[in-house]
Amino acid sequence: MATASTSGIVEIDVRTDEMLVNMGPQHPSTHGVLRLVLRTDGEVVSEATPHIGYLHRCAEKIGENLTPRQWIPYTDRMDYLAGMNMNLGWALAVEKLIDYDLPEKARHLRVIIAELNRVASHLVGMGTYGLDLGSFSPFLYAFRERERILDLLEDACGARLTYSYLTPGGATADLPPGWLQKLTAFLDQFEPVILDYHALLTNNAIFIKRTANIGVMSAEMAIDYGCSGPVLRGSGVDYDLRRDGEERYTSLYAGYAFEVIVEKNGSYPRDHEYPPVPSDAVLGDCWHRFYVRMLEVIQAIDLLRQGIEKYSQSTGDWGTPIKLAAKLPKGEAYLETECPRGQMGFYIVSDGSGSIPLRARARSSCFCNLSVAPELCRDCLIADVPAIIGSLDIVMGEIDR
Amino acid sequence: MSGKQFIERLEKRFGDLVARVELEAIDPWIEVEPGGVIELCRYLRDAEDLRFNYCNSICVVDYFEPDAKKAAKTAWGPHLEVVYHLSSIQYKTTLVVKVMLPRWKEDVPGQLPEVPSVSGIWSTADWHEREAYDLSGVWFTGHPNLQRILCPEDWVGYPLRKDYEMPLEYHGIRGR
Repeated sequence: MATASTSGIVEIDVRTDEMLVNMGPQHPSTHGVLRLVLRTDGEVVSEATPHIGYLHRCAEKIGENLTPRQWIPYTDRMDYLAGMNMNLGWALAVEKLIDYDLPEKARHLRVIIAELNRVASHLVGMGTYGLDLGSFSPFLYAFRERERILDLLEDACGARLTYSYLTPGGATADLPPGWLQKLTAFLDQFEPVILDYHALLTNNAIFIKRTANIGVMSAEMAIDYGCSGPVLRGSGVDYDLRRDGEERYTSLYAGYAFEVIVEKNGSYPRDHEYPPVPSDAVLGDCWHRFYVRMLEVIQAIDLLRQGIEKYSQSTGDWGTPIKLAAKLPKGEAYLETECPRGQMGFYIVSDGSGSIPLRARARSSCFCNLSVAPELCRDCLIADVPAIIGSLDIVMGEIDR
Repeated sequence: MSGKQFIERLEKRFGDLVARVELEAIDPWIEVEPGGVIELCRYLRDAEDLRFNYCNSICVVDYFEPDAKKAAKTAWGPHLEVVYHLSSIQYKTTLVVKVMLPRWKEDVPGQLPEVPSVSGIWSTADWHEREAYDLSGVWFTGHPNLQRILCPEDWVGYPLRKDYEMPLEYHGIRGR
């Protein structure tokens, strides 16, 4: 019904009804099989309810039936974009239970592999986030570099997608000859390319419009919901397990110089080299979560360069994997590591009766990060839902385990 | 604050509600009676010098051996343990809290054991408790929306119980 107001402008009275809309299970922006039920009124979402479990692969049940080393390949299938980091988490938890001390060379090897995988994972996170917001080229650019990282990981462990290399006791093998030179060559090529990514997304006006001041999460809310990783740091919480975690994990990074990527007084470490924080961005919004991820790529390159040097200077062994069916002592151990998506915790309980744990628990970072989505999506526009979900950088395999 | 001092303080405040303390374990833990979970957790979160404001994980361990021969050798009786892993962002400390439950309420198979929900204390506990209920069969009283989260609504049984049997079929899909 149209009414003419006194000023001569015709106002059209559009009546909207509340509607339930299913987004997913298979929607390009939901990154796997995630179903979101949205209660909408016109363009505005009043309630978003995530439904998960479509992938549920019973990883914890499998862990109760395999020895810790046999379960290693299952851990990297949870978060298939950061398999090495997942291997590392479980390996450290097992080592904590059996009280195994790692040789120095294995320590550096683990840092190199884990940080390299972090770069690959953040590249996917960045590329697909562009895709969610309707920009296709960042995806291609990101995957071009990721392919080269996968080549390196393939050289090291023999697999491209389901890579599994780190294991309780060290790694399954030493790095192949000449691998470090290849890695250095890659880093030299990769470092200047990062500016292209920033040009494509970070200070792209459309991208800023779509992400700045969208899905704002306060620091208290992030902690309350157990968010972790770039999602937590994007809200300004200065917490990174590589620095603040357990000694068994932080000792890997002992002697490495790095700064936690978090906003302090309006600026990020090293952000002068990259596009500045736009004026419409609010701490804790989608843009900040994205930016933290981008800066962590630089941080990882730094760590890699240090790692290469330390690895080639250290003498000794790269670690010996524990026996496939080594007997587990009675006890329980819980350990969290900083995976690209957040804090991944592994909990192993053994009753001392054999080599198979009584309970293998995986605390997933995306599970907690996604649980905040209903809160973030309240009263946003439908078009903002992909921006919010994408900024959490979820992998459904890790949520459903 | 040393572990001993901390425990003394808790015991002074909560008395018998803190049932057991294990400081020698790899991850030191304290056991609390189901009735004191809410009170203790709220205290752990709010006390000025503790601030366990981050709930890492809530999970359930099923202590049960289906094999009678092996069960005779185990040192524990059948029970469930609800394990809360907490940490403090501010002080960078961690703490493990446990609640012991019988496998079934009043030993009636099928009756879920109950423990109060802490989802009012840490919002993240909401999903963790749903997962624990879904997979291990523990009823969290006072939870706003205790429904299955990973398994379908009409799933039968609790997959992470040790005596769980895989269903032979589900809606015409072969299970084994």
